[in-house]
Amino acid sequence: MINIIWLGLLIIGIVVGVATGNMDGITRGILKGAENGVSVSFGLVSILVFWLGLMKIAEEAGLIQSLAKLLRPLARFLYPSVPPHHPAMGSILANMSANILGLGNAATPLGLKAMRELQELNPNPRVASDAMCTLMAINTASLTVIPATVIALRLQYGSSNPTMIVGGTILATFLATMVAVLLDRYFRARDRRKRGDR
Amino acid sequence: MEWADTLSRWALPVVIASIVIFGHFRKVQVYETFVEGAKDGFPTAVSIIPHLVAMMVAVSVFRESGALELFLDYLRPVFQALHIPIEIVPMALLRPISGTGSLSVMTDIFQTHGPDSLLGIMASILQGSSDTTLYVLTVYFGSVGIRNARYAVKVGLLSDLAAAVFSVMVVYWLFT
Repeated sequence: MINIIWLGLLIIGIVVGVATGNMDGITRGILKGAENGVSVSFGLVSILVFWLGLMKIAEEAGLIQSLAKLLRPLARFLYPSVPPHHPAMGSILANMSANILGLGNAATPLGLKAMRELQELNPNPRVASDAMCTLMAINTASLTVIPATVIALRLQYGSSNPTMIVGGTILATFLATMVAVLLDRYFRARDRRKRGDR
Repeated sequence: MEWADTLSRWALPVVIASIVIFGHFRKVQVYETFVEGAKDGFPTAVSIIPHLVAMMVAVSVFRESGALELFLDYLRPVFQALHIPIEIVPMALLRPISGTGSLSVMTDIFQTHGPDSLLGIMASILQGSSDTTLYVLTVYFGSVGIRNARYAVKVGLLSDLAAAVFSVMVVYWLFT
């Protein structure tokens, strides 16, 4: 998929440039794009160094486990098919907490662990279970408190107030997560009706 | 909107202070631990250079050649009627497929319109409010050998659409 899109953007760009006689545009695009790629990466160094340092403290202090405790009732509601004391519930909670805290590096391994443990509960190992679909709905909606990368890039491009988007981002991501949970419930119910069980 | 402004102003300081204080009370050597974790910052930034260069070159060729304008002219009437700024559309389309791709469009928007323009704010919120759905689904389901994802792809993409619509609405509501 990503191959097609990358190829498409480049080739369509070049073809349009050639067709409209805008050869300079193509060259300018290549040089500017490469330069921006490098400068943006280096612009992220400062915030990444700071943020990963801070996140290490959060990790060592067990902030994930503390937040997981608070989220337990919510997880029981979201994952009715997972027994509350099954290890999968622990990993699901840890993954959810890491996502909210913006600990992307910690969230993925925890989510994959949750997936393996959910697979043990799954009667049909080739077909996604209800709980797996919910885990995906919540992970792809990515509820986060601090969008650190975006703030860093806004700073780099001379924003007078790089953090002014935080409130709006939290609101938008919260609403989108609600929609994801509702859609997950809706399609689960529809799937059940279709298959005629329960 | 007062509360959103307050939230934006306070979120970062409060999160940072809470983590550091919480760490201290949990007997974490905060300074040493910070430095330990921060060491990963530079390699992480360097490791994304190839991805960013690849995507930014493609996005920038697409724009500089005039192809983006052609594409947007085509879509303009539809989105103008919906009060959705047309420039955000390519980013919303790329968001579920490639995180670097949408990041590249976002910096492109910052460069052309400025990060504090309505469009720049919209792009910022869109980038922060969703994830690379198709990538996440592939990695997670792939890791345990699930072949049939049932409705998960539909839910993921529809909630990305919701995130895009909410990003636009939130910006109109809070910043105009």
